[in-house]
Amino acid sequence: MNYLTRRLVTFPVVMLGVSVLVFVSIRLVPGDAITAMLGTEAGLLTPAQRASLETYFGMDQSWFGQYWHWLGGVLQGNLGISVTYGRPVLDVILRVFPLTLELALLSMIVALAVGLPAGVYAATHAERPSDLIVRIVAMVGQSTPSFVVALLAIYALSVWFGVLPAMGTFTPLWEDPLKNLAQMILPALTLGFAFAAAVTRISRSAMLDILSDDYIRTARAKGVPARSVIWHHALPNALIPVVTVSGVEFGYLLGGAVIVEQVFALPGLGRTVLDAILQRDYALVQGACCSSRLIS
Amino acid sequence: MGRPRFKNLVSAVAVAAALGAAFPATAATLNMAWSQDATGLDPHKQTAFSSLRLLELVYEPLVRTDSDLNIAPAVATSWEFSEDGQTLTFKLDADAKFSNGNKVMTSDVKASFERILNEETGASARANFLSIESIDTPDDETVVFNLSQPDVPLLTAMSSINAAILPAGLIEAGMIGTETLGSGPFVLDSWEPNSREVLSVNENWAGGAVGVDGINISVLPDETAILAALRTDQVDFALINDPLVATLVPSNPNLSLNREPVLNYHVLQLNAEEGAMTEEKVRQAISCAIDRQDVLDAALLGEGKVTGPLTMPAYASDPSDLLCYAPDLEKAKALMAEAGYEDGFSASVIAATGEPPTAAAEAQVIQSQLAEIGIDLEIEMMELNVYIDRWLKGDFDMAVALNGGRTDPYTMYNRYWTKDGNLAHVAHYGDDMLDSLMQQGRVETDPEKRKEIFAEFSKHITDVSPWIWLYTGYSYTAANDKVSGFEANPTGSLFGLSAVTVGE
Repeated sequence: MNYLTRRLVTFPVVMLGVSVLVFVSIRLVPGDAITAMLGTEAGLLTPAQRASLETYFGMDQSWFGQYWHWLGGVLQGNLGISVTYGRPVLDVILRVFPLTLELALLSMIVALAVGLPAGVYAATHAERPSDLIVRIVAMVGQSTPSFVVALLAIYALSVWFGVLPAMGTFTPLWEDPLKNLAQMILPALTLGFAFAAAVTRISRSAMLDILSDDYIRTARAKGVPARSVIWHHALPNALIPVVTVSGVEFGYLLGGAVIVEQVFALPGLGRTVLDAILQRDYALVQGACCSSRLIS
Repeated sequence: MGRPRFKNLVSAVAVAAALGAAFPATAATLNMAWSQDATGLDPHKQTAFSSLRLLELVYEPLVRTDSDLNIAPAVATSWEFSEDGQTLTFKLDADAKFSNGNKVMTSDVKASFERILNEETGASARANFLSIESIDTPDDETVVFNLSQPDVPLLTAMSSINAAILPAGLIEAGMIGTETLGSGPFVLDSWEPNSREVLSVNENWAGGAVGVDGINISVLPDETAILAALRTDQVDFALINDPLVATLVPSNPNLSLNREPVLNYHVLQLNAEEGAMTEEKVRQAISCAIDRQDVLDAALLGEGKVTGPLTMPAYASDPSDLLCYAPDLEKAKALMAEAGYEDGFSASVIAATGEPPTAAAEAQVIQSQLAEIGIDLEIEMMELNVYIDRWLKGDFDMAVALNGGRTDPYTMYNRYWTKDGNLAHVAHYGDDMLDSLMQQGRVETDPEKRKEIFAEFSKHITDVSPWIWLYTGYSYTAANDKVSGFEANPTGSLFGLSAVTVGE
């Protein structure tokens, strides 16, 4: 079997496995939609009141019954209703996903635009002081958690410059692209920062490998200008590991950059899943996890 | 790499600044932020702090609690208990209207309380209204509640938004929670869960003119970000939970912080039904070993006040007379020895991550203080829902808790300290004296005598130490200098926003 057919055959099995795992694990966690809504006041409910709320949240059926019901719905394109939003789960996901996609794409652009030139520069200046500086910055960038970068950026902007991209009132890209970009640029820089560091390190080491290859020596011996050797002969080959890593990383970014979305109050997929888990919105957790698996 | 990033940052600043200039905020709309969003819109069912705060702007109960914790008119203009305390009569405000212009009728009041009392509704506040036997509506402006026994705290319970008056039509249609239609100062125009709410003024509000055009509430989950938004004037008014963030507000010249003492109390709950803590002396030793002021200073930066069980100003007294409110390590050690635990024992304490924000710090300080008398405390931090699940089952040795306060001691504590209280199994302790004092307090109508009864309750319960009451904190609101006229309320209610104005 070739690669594609193998993926196509295993795909439904993987999806089914993921859905069962998510279904069981969210229900194994103590607490339920009733305690999420009422907190400790849930203890004041009489058994009859509790039973009535359980019916409302669909918790009165057996797990198997609930799963069967959910699976039946999914096969007809119905992911269920989110109890927090009071809307179909698919609606909620389709509303929040574009933001996550945009954030992932923007931070990817930031990472490549910064990381690649830096990596190439470091490789061509290997073991010189400027290389060392790039390497140190990359190391720091990779090891600084994104919430630290995010909070520092917010602090610096608001205290030193007295401005801040609008938070809490999010404008979708198609409504007002400029306003949207002004809101997205800081989160994208934050998220892109760590990723740029990774790209720098990978592209540097890949370039170093390739610059010592025979065909580069041949090219130089033929008298090809140094600039052309680097950008036309070496870089295309050095890009292979960079592309691989970027692909993997992009999948993670789509799964939701929870922390960055949380700090910048962006209503994206990651935050939606987090809130859904905290509020025990089972249908939304289930739907969002499965669709993010589907995409990545 | 440092330089390109800096360039990007500068351009971000430029873009943001340009946009800020292009879109000035509307002058008379209040931009507000909080970190936790409402969890639902049914006033009879919601108990989460933010839900109550939102719904108090949209709905009204029969009566309200004012900033001095007195009962004040809302939908009802006057109220009266009968001589024998068995009927409670309300006169409704003839001007009270729902935001669609319909008058608030006696039938709406009746339908609302019948909905709360109906078990199928699942209203947790139902427990406070069980003394209501029937509701009469003799004329268009009078509602009479017939009670099975005198119930003084009932009026206070009715001032909660959990007893909001809803339109009978909406109740019949089963639309409460999906639609909002209240008689309060504001109308909820839209709600995007965990993102934002938009409120406009209810032109039909009987309470008079409202100072703003509307309120936009943004949910900013990170409170540091709220502070930044306040600094840059993106937000005019904000609720802050974390005392560590709140203390940073006054360092900004154009921001002011409002601290309001609240009725909620921080407490260390003990499980007096298992192991060493079944011994009264061990519990007393714990009470003596804990330096309440020290926990307050270390965990909350001193942002609060040491308290006994009664946190409401009308009943609270100086807690220093209570058992071991001056920490006494020698006495604690002696008590441990008398109980046969001179070598101490091991126990675990549960605490919820981030709820309150200081929970972990409190648990750590308590852990180190109890180590002094040989108690080896293991801290179990967990997500809020997991914590609540264990708390409701009473499944803990000790629990660091922030429990809700009420303006009436009976409503506040009957769930824990009466024999058939719904949460008696969480209290893990009960005795005849507590039960009888609670019953006396419920039926006594003379305020002075009630005060004596609850003072005795307070002394007895700290003597037997089933829980270690620690302190009350503050609720914080922060505002920039454009906002004026906000009056905070010890219940946490934001009803005061109806009087706020926003300047240029």
